[in-house]
Amino acid sequence: MTAADIDRAIHARIHAKVHAKIHATWRIVQPRLIATLSRMLRDVPLAEELTQDALVAALEAWPLSGVPDNAGAWLVATAKRRALDHLRRARMLARKHEMLARDLIQEQEAVPDFDAALDDDIGDELLRLIFTACHPLLPRHARAALALRMICGLTTDEIARAFLVPEATIAQRILRAKRTLSRSGLAYETPSGEALSERLASVLEVIYLIFNEGHAASRGEEWLRPQLCDEALRMGRVLVGLAPLEPEAHGLMALMELNVARMRARVGADGEPILLMDQDRALWDRLQIRRGLLALGRARELGGGGKFYTLQAAIVACHATAETASATDWRRIAELYGQLATLVRSPVIELNRAVALGMAEGPQAGLDLVDLIADEPALRAYHHLPAVRGDLLQKLGRFAEARVSFEAAACLATNARERAMMERRAAAMADLDGTA
Amino acid sequence: MYIVTSSKPMAAPNPALMEAMQKISEREIKAGRMIDNGGLMPLATGARVRIADGELSVIDGPFVEAKEVIGGYAIFELRDKEEAVAMAREFMQLHLDHMPDWEGTCELRAFATPDMEGGCRPDAPSRVAAEA
Repeated sequence: MTAADIDRAIHARIHAKVHAKIHATWRIVQPRLIATLSRMLRDVPLAEELTQDALVAALEAWPLSGVPDNAGAWLVATAKRRALDHLRRARMLARKHEMLARDLIQEQEAVPDFDAALDDDIGDELLRLIFTACHPLLPRHARAALALRMICGLTTDEIARAFLVPEATIAQRILRAKRTLSRSGLAYETPSGEALSERLASVLEVIYLIFNEGHAASRGEEWLRPQLCDEALRMGRVLVGLAPLEPEAHGLMALMELNVARMRARVGADGEPILLMDQDRALWDRLQIRRGLLALGRARELGGGGKFYTLQAAIVACHATAETASATDWRRIAELYGQLATLVRSPVIELNRAVALGMAEGPQAGLDLVDLIADEPALRAYHHLPAVRGDLLQKLGRFAEARVSFEAAACLATNARERAMMERRAAAMADLDGTA
Repeated sequence: MYIVTSSKPMAAPNPALMEAMQKISEREIKAGRMIDNGGLMPLATGARVRIADGELSVIDGPFVEAKEVIGGYAIFELRDKEEAVAMAREFMQLHLDHMPDWEGTCELRAFATPDMEGGCRPDAPSRVAAEA
């Protein structure tokens, strides 16, 4: 290494540090910035682009000039200027745009203090932004990518790494989603009445999708990706802050908190998954469980007791409040799954109900239900089905059949850790069965 | 966690600062970053339960030391140290803007993660930060 190399390395490291600082500031201000610009421009994709431009401007200017005292205001001022430039450049002669440009100029002259713009209560704007990012018009994964980018301020690269897909794929998804939004001429507004609950359901679904991808990673070598869980929790908190009377927002929050509280206990020393019944409950995060139970209580107070996320949270709460695995109230859990099954026809829910029944009334009861749903096309590639079946057969002492089931589960598992676990269980059955 | 300390304990922040802090708190709660926050009553109203020379004693306020006194705290859930520092800067800037004579420190401390191995390393990774 020459002295020049060392200099370059040091410079690169300093550079990376400054960039990280700038990114952090931008992430904090970004959702407010998009919301403010969306209000001005009535165009979310454009607002998002201008917000990105402001970041680029900061990345160019701040390493030389230092981070300004009021970095947020600097970013807002820059983004607003870009918005104005954009409108001028576009020379949109439609009256609407002329008026917009005039308003902008007046606003800029009248309000040199951009803090005011930032400090406005933009709760409604932010909610609109979330509704837009999670619009049912967009494919689910595109919604998730857009939400992570616009609400959580993740870069395309960060989102790609979190979902283990190539960056180009995410960039494409975001680009297409923004095009769809631009072309659809969607009214940028908070829906009301019937439309509101449909739109809210779409937002909850996106948050839950992001959470699940982190909580039970469907692909790759690791079966937990905590960063995605963190982002989903953050978005859930945003939603609860903006829509505090929505029971399902609290229900989803409860479901996520109670699940994440077990995070530490779900992975063994070598990174292998540890199933619920085998977990060391001392490793569960009691404070987080308490938060989850509070959220569940709130959801019930608001009348969410029989709703989708709240019911699921109630099931997880049964586990979270059982001091030992053997103290689990399986009857109650089976009953809650029964309620859930009347709400949503899903073989996956039936499978979970089979597990609970197997625990409450014995493995044969569980197996009977599993065999009822074994031919569901939706479960054909679902590795949990043969995994559950194998477990029930093992309990019934039918080791040879259990082994076949575990082998089938290993073939279907998409996650490397889970596949290895199924292979281990199949091998254990072979030993018990006395066949090689 | 952010812990705000000052050697010039103020009776209370002035109304302008209070309002600014309330605004930023509300904003941060809605942004899903702030979990909890609070100001603390003056030290004189508290007490200390202390162990020295193998003896346990309870000492009521007021206390004579003019050391740094904790005025308030906030708990955030943030992604990394950069985000925590950016947030704390913004918070402290409010103090500078609204109470120029005030002096104090906002100390950022990450909550210990379950694996305590890294707990004492200055470069230990942490997911949770800050108290202002």
